[in-house]
Amino acid sequence: MNLDLTEEQQMLKKSARDFFEKEHPKTLVRETEEDSKGYSPEVWRKMADLGWIGLVIPEEYDGTELAFLDMAVLLEEMGRACLTGPYFSTAVLCTPILLAAGSEDQKRELLPRISGGELIMALALTEPSATYEANGVATLAEPEKDGFVINGTKLFVHDAHIADYLICVARTRAWSSAEEGISLFLVDAKSLGTTITPLQTIADDKQNEVIFENVFVPASGLLGVLHEGWPVVKRVLEEAAVAKCAEMVGGAEWAVEATVAYAKERVQYGRPIGAFGALQHNLAEMFTEVNMAKRYMYYAAWLVSSGETRSMGVAAAKALTNDVYKRCTRNAVQFLGAIGTTRDHDIGLYYRRARQAALLFGDSDSCYERVAQEIGL
Amino acid sequence: MDFRFTQEQMALRHEFEDFFATEAKNAPETWVGGLESDYNTEEGYAYHRSVAQKLAQKGWLSLPWPREHGGRELGPVEQVIFNEVCFYYRVPGFNFQGLMILVPSLLEYGSEEMKAKWLPPIARAEVDWCQGWSEPNAGSDLASLTTRAVEDGDSYVINGQKIWTTGAQHATHIFLMARTDPNAPKHQGITYFLSEIDRPGITVSPLLMMDGSHVFNEVFFDNVRIPKDYVVGEVNKGWYVSMAGANFERSGSGTVSGSRRDLEDLVQFCRLTQRNGRLLSQDPIIRHKLADLAVGLDAGRQLAYYCAWMQAKNTLAIAEPSASKYFSTELMVRLANTGVEVMGLYGTLKKGSKWAALKGKFEAMCQFTLGLTIAAGSTEIQKNLIAWMGLGLPRK
Repeated sequence: MNLDLTEEQQMLKKSARDFFEKEHPKTLVRETEEDSKGYSPEVWRKMADLGWIGLVIPEEYDGTELAFLDMAVLLEEMGRACLTGPYFSTAVLCTPILLAAGSEDQKRELLPRISGGELIMALALTEPSATYEANGVATLAEPEKDGFVINGTKLFVHDAHIADYLICVARTRAWSSAEEGISLFLVDAKSLGTTITPLQTIADDKQNEVIFENVFVPASGLLGVLHEGWPVVKRVLEEAAVAKCAEMVGGAEWAVEATVAYAKERVQYGRPIGAFGALQHNLAEMFTEVNMAKRYMYYAAWLVSSGETRSMGVAAAKALTNDVYKRCTRNAVQFLGAIGTTRDHDIGLYYRRARQAALLFGDSDSCYERVAQEIGL
Repeated sequence: MDFRFTQEQMALRHEFEDFFATEAKNAPETWVGGLESDYNTEEGYAYHRSVAQKLAQKGWLSLPWPREHGGRELGPVEQVIFNEVCFYYRVPGFNFQGLMILVPSLLEYGSEEMKAKWLPPIARAEVDWCQGWSEPNAGSDLASLTTRAVEDGDSYVINGQKIWTTGAQHATHIFLMARTDPNAPKHQGITYFLSEIDRPGITVSPLLMMDGSHVFNEVFFDNVRIPKDYVVGEVNKGWYVSMAGANFERSGSGTVSGSRRDLEDLVQFCRLTQRNGRLLSQDPIIRHKLADLAVGLDAGRQLAYYCAWMQAKNTLAIAEPSASKYFSTELMVRLANTGVEVMGLYGTLKKGSKWAALKGKFEAMCQFTLGLTIAAGSTEIQKNLIAWMGLGLPRK
């Protein structure tokens, strides 16, 4: 047992903290939230130079070849920095799909360009059915000469508006069970018949509606084995849930630190408000919860990283982190008082993200249900 | 980062599991497990003593001790593994107060003569210690204790009263703190004493819990003479001597696994019990409640491992063990109450009834667990410690 970050992980964490503080200040977060692109291409390029976009891509495809656990450490800092842009879509969602399902040709063509920051990818999975379960996939891909034709509506698709390629999860066979007969397609985002419309969300995180209307995908666009795409997606969703937890823990930790700092400096009734017992206990609870979420997130990340049995850890981590991040940011606003409710204070960035992130890759209700199954109910 | 136990640790866990699983089968009919009141029947206490002697023979009471004192110098992580298995199987035999609270202080501050005198009987399970710290007017503010110890020749003469002394009715010995310098600042006038429980002048009298069970006692000291060589560490430094055992006491390491077992039982109950035409396990509200507890237990377990890991590295941590202590004990209260709720009308039936489910464990537990969030520093004290020591917030 060794529950410390490795020296390399500590270095990664520190360089990420320094980088984001310098290159990705909150002023930039606000600017990118408000502009339509939603990210800074300059920061994106620099992140590519640092080897972060291809963090888990093998060296033979110009990646950094680190493990998922290392990525969790980086994501923690990204959550702390409220990083805007397509990192999660490209590096956490689409890259592992390409690694798991892509042919050698597809990997050679795409992965080096992803590592280099030249390609942005988005995962077109969820639909108006608003679920991460396979039964929510109704988009159809029907075989046609030399390829497939896709019809359907994808919803809540992060970063599709700036993506070069979409990975579309579509049904290729009327199902016997929901998880069978699903395939993955690499779709050029500019394909004829593809209409991408941005959605406004609480976190200004650039989600889109993506309508595929008779979109032709050549046979070379099929990713992996026909009809057998769902296991790949399912595995990536597990990773994504933990990866999201890592971001959330980073954000929650910022919120707790900011609250403690404010409680020490804000004076009312002649003393810092952090000297009042009621507030101290509230802060102690926030400390406890954020630490517990952090330790448990590392545990879940390790489970995923080392391929151990995962379900209880992953679903439990997401349920716990959802609750903790929401509570910590809500309490932080209460501590900050009226200023905390305004656009002027940074806490709003985290409060809004907490509410969004808590629904991504496993909301609390669905996670608790999965845990219920895991404990034998 | 690697959450796997080493091969040695896994082997140890299996060894513990074999032993405790076997011993669990020897439990008397009345033994519920995981309740202090279990020790209170004649056969319950005899069960405890019998397992204690087996543990002693295996050398498992002194696992973390230095080799020179017969130990195996196992670390805090191994201790957590031991506790987890022991609590999971609900097997007694481990005098936690002596082994977890007294021994660390004795090892760190006791003279060689003292260690030679006091440690071997502990390792051989010849003694059961109880803890004489709390007083009627010194609970959370323990350092304000007023039991007096006055120097007189080769002894100290003790006068005063201890309270909430768990298991004193069975104990052979008591370790206590008493005030030797009433004029010094409160933390600096306290001395740490050992004593046989049957010294002239010591009276133990029961203080029954709300369910009538005998867990707590009052212990009165009326001109009790304790030899000077029964003092652990320096005179007037007793507060600091006691701290050696306080951190582990707080972190609650391993105890969560007893609750995991309780939750498993509850899950099983829900799988077998129908209400209103369906199994309880099919009720979404019950599923949610139990899943919520399961998440807390698993997260609490990781936090406890982390505390043990920091202790193993000799990292001084105060906030994390405090967090672990209050979180896990609050969770145990919640588990107990949720259990009673989920079991419905069966939840309140006491053990002994032919209708009682799970041996009436949850009925007893929702009363017994109340003490856990108070003992060893209440939840509120733990939060104060986190705020002051962990977050650096002002005390005034």
